[in-house]
Amino acid sequence: MATTTLPSPPQKVNRIGLEVAAYKGNKTTLCAGCGHNAITERIIEACYEMGVEPYRVAKLSGIGCSSKSPAYFLRSSHGFNAVHGRMPSVATGALLANRHLLPIGVSGDGDTASIGIGQFVHLMRRNMPIIYIIEDNGCYGLTKGQFSATADLGSVLKTGVVNDLPPIDTCALAIELGATYVARSFSGDKRQLLALLEGAIAHNGTAMLDVISPCVTFNDHEGSTKSYSYVRDHDEPLEEVSFVPFFEDISVEYDPGTTTDITLHDGSHLLLKKLDSGYDPTNKGEALRALTESHDKGEVVTGLFYVETKRQNFIELLNLVEEPLATLPESRVRPPQSALDEVMAGLR
Amino acid sequence: MATTHVAVSEIEAEQGQQRIVNDLSIQVATVNGSGSQSSNLVLLRAIFQMGIPVSGKNLFPSNIAGLPTWFTIRASKHGYIARRKEIDFLVAMNPETAEEDVRSLEPGAAVVYAEQLNLNQIRNDLTFYPVPFDKLVAPVCPDAKLRKLVRNMIYVGVLARLLGVDMAEVEKAVRKQFKKKVKAAELNFNAVLAGYDYAEKNLEKADRCWLEPMDLTAGKILIDGNSAAALGCMFAGVTVVTWYPITPSSSLCETLISYMKRYRIDPETKKATFAIVQAEDELAAIGMVIGAGWAGARAMTSTAGPGISLMSEFVGLGYYAEVPGVIFDIQRVGPSTGLPTRTAQGDIISTALLSHGDTKHILLFPCSVEECYSLAIEAFDLAEEFQTPVFVMSDLDLGMNTWMSDAFPYPEKPIARGKVLTAEDLERLGGFQRYRDVDGDGIPYRTLPGTRHPAAGYFARGSGHDERAIYSERPEVYVNNMDRLRRKFETARNRVPGPVLERDHGTAVGIIAYGTSHWAIVETLDQLKREHGIEAGYCRIRGYPFNDQVADFIGRHERVYVVEQNRDAQLAGLLRLDLSDDLVKKLRRVLHYDGLPIDARSVTDSILAQEAER
Repeated sequence: MATTTLPSPPQKVNRIGLEVAAYKGNKTTLCAGCGHNAITERIIEACYEMGVEPYRVAKLSGIGCSSKSPAYFLRSSHGFNAVHGRMPSVATGALLANRHLLPIGVSGDGDTASIGIGQFVHLMRRNMPIIYIIEDNGCYGLTKGQFSATADLGSVLKTGVVNDLPPIDTCALAIELGATYVARSFSGDKRQLLALLEGAIAHNGTAMLDVISPCVTFNDHEGSTKSYSYVRDHDEPLEEVSFVPFFEDISVEYDPGTTTDITLHDGSHLLLKKLDSGYDPTNKGEALRALTESHDKGEVVTGLFYVETKRQNFIELLNLVEEPLATLPESRVRPPQSALDEVMAGLR
Repeated sequence: MATTHVAVSEIEAEQGQQRIVNDLSIQVATVNGSGSQSSNLVLLRAIFQMGIPVSGKNLFPSNIAGLPTWFTIRASKHGYIARRKEIDFLVAMNPETAEEDVRSLEPGAAVVYAEQLNLNQIRNDLTFYPVPFDKLVAPVCPDAKLRKLVRNMIYVGVLARLLGVDMAEVEKAVRKQFKKKVKAAELNFNAVLAGYDYAEKNLEKADRCWLEPMDLTAGKILIDGNSAAALGCMFAGVTVVTWYPITPSSSLCETLISYMKRYRIDPETKKATFAIVQAEDELAAIGMVIGAGWAGARAMTSTAGPGISLMSEFVGLGYYAEVPGVIFDIQRVGPSTGLPTRTAQGDIISTALLSHGDTKHILLFPCSVEECYSLAIEAFDLAEEFQTPVFVMSDLDLGMNTWMSDAFPYPEKPIARGKVLTAEDLERLGGFQRYRDVDGDGIPYRTLPGTRHPAAGYFARGSGHDERAIYSERPEVYVNNMDRLRRKFETARNRVPGPVLERDHGTAVGIIAYGTSHWAIVETLDQLKREHGIEAGYCRIRGYPFNDQVADFIGRHERVYVVEQNRDAQLAGLLRLDLSDDLVKKLRRVLHYDGLPIDARSVTDSILAQEAER
């Protein structure tokens, strides 16, 4: 026992034994200070903390600055950077092929609310089990700052152009259309965004997160309603969001009537501590009213607007076999000779 | 009904005319939505059951009810099943078109018509058979609301009597048509009988056309191309089907749904081994195919020209990111909305080169219902072997009309899933590079999302990428990748189904055709030989890129007529891109693009005219 090898300092690992490095991706090529990079960090953190198996994740995106970001997290997962505005159909197809995938779709406000609005509404309507994140900066960054359809009325471009059309509220739309987990957050609110992302991972159905994510290059000036300072000043959280994962045996004490406890699909809990309004996130009408009122007041209301934990997702409606369709063996996908004979006999 | 033939031969003896047996075409002119499709299919099936080769073509409007529609039945002892231009027997049920229908007939044709239309006043060189349809239908169909639908069955009976169709076969055909609806079958067959009886008592046979039993359809089936393609997809092991309704392709997916529900539900769990989704548009339909193909499913969609146009961007992604998928194009007449219920081969160039940038795609050209089935199976294998979208170029004539065929053979080859690496493969190899040409055939290896190995993941993208699928704008990386994609396409050249060569004896005249034009060509070859002593070789193309045998065929002939159902000689255009100048010089065009299925006489006349001008 002359020498003893000193044990190396224990690496911090998550519940499936992976270090946080396993959830990282390539170095970002977006602008320094871009809100999207902060969202990327929260995605990494949420997947790490939840112990998501990277091989199960399918990262999907359309076109635009936002859509580049899947390259910056979960390096070992499969990713697909598709065509502009049409990530929802690619994600849907991937899930049809393999129902066990965990699709994380990253889109932008242009990619979703303009060119992609058609596929967005049908994705929400189907309640596909997917996490759909809009990195929302109110402008087209990659083509140098034109307004998108989520830009607020009266918002001003750097060039002085004033937006004279009302914004599309993707959260109101998603709630109206049937998405079952709808939230808005801010890339600068680490705590809220992380809890909402973890809740989204635990949810069964479409989780739609509109994350206000300022564009430091084209939309962070005076007159913009998507700038860091504007959002900080006007952020009105509906509730204080905490997430308790299913694998942590923590009982949280709270005064009755002050907190809504949402049990999610995998047994995790979202605890929504009510602020002054006494907001009920399971009431569709109330959610839509809260969104309308916040627009009228010029506030950026954030938090979980709506959650429905019982509705079947689209994959469940299809009554599919348990195994991925993609890898079913020939014996299960090619009917026998007798089937062909039967069909042929009927055609004689 | 054994008396039929006795009675018929008596009439014939009196007239002393030469009989024309088992060689006629019947045109039925009706109003869309009047139930005439059932009557026409009963007639078609009865002739088929008599053992006579037969084909039926529905010429219908883009309308649900009220506009004129025509159905042509051709019976041919020679086995010709292409459309024939000349009509021997007209059934004029539509007052709106009756006069024009009658005027367009060749002298000597026969007309069965609703009495009150007084069509016999129009011409005196035709045989007229007036029938009081309304008077006959009332007693057999007490329910006035159903009369419009049952009325058309009467002409089936009239024709059966006039042409000598065996009534036992008609009854069988009626029962088959109405399947389990016994009452409907009864009602309709009574209407047939009423027509037969009327004709027997009141109409004197004055034309020369007869149908007599043969034995040329034993063991054969009747099916439309879309149903045949659906069967092919099911036996190909399709797992994801996403589609958007469009004429004339909708029935492919609809029929597929019914087959899959019958034969692709897991017997133990009662769960589906397939997902079929009606998408919100063609953009989503192809997007889902690309997503599913990327994730490893055998995925397909079916559409027509306007859908193909919409799919353009995604198909380019499929080509460049190398994702398998099968797309059926049931071609109809364009441009734009065009004639949505008429047939054409007008999407050849646009589909072969679909999407921006340098893209080209594998196309398959089925000519028959049997090939709709077999090439559907082939398409899925090719898509996965080549990791690329593959198009099956059917058309409305093939897809929606009923065709006679031999029964389809059970697939001999096992399903080919292409170069897919599993977690075990990755463990053994230590990793992989998604777009690296390991085997020299241009086809790289892929992994599927969900593969449980840290080296499995890669980032598929429509932007420039290197062999490791990493974003790159470097000129040499781009060129390297594009050249590999070309190499892959060259590998496909002799892997896609080769041409079918007939009468290829190196004569002066050669004919190239593809798809449904085949049935006109078969007849044209006989017409050229029989009527003009011209022996022509025939090369039927079944796949793009063109197999080397196509160039060899052109090389063996002095003049090669490329027969197509489009205005711009589109396949000839693709050949021009491929062939050396000396071969291009040999190409001639025969084009047919009026929306009607191509007929042999038009092809023969066009070839003869060009031969004469030489």
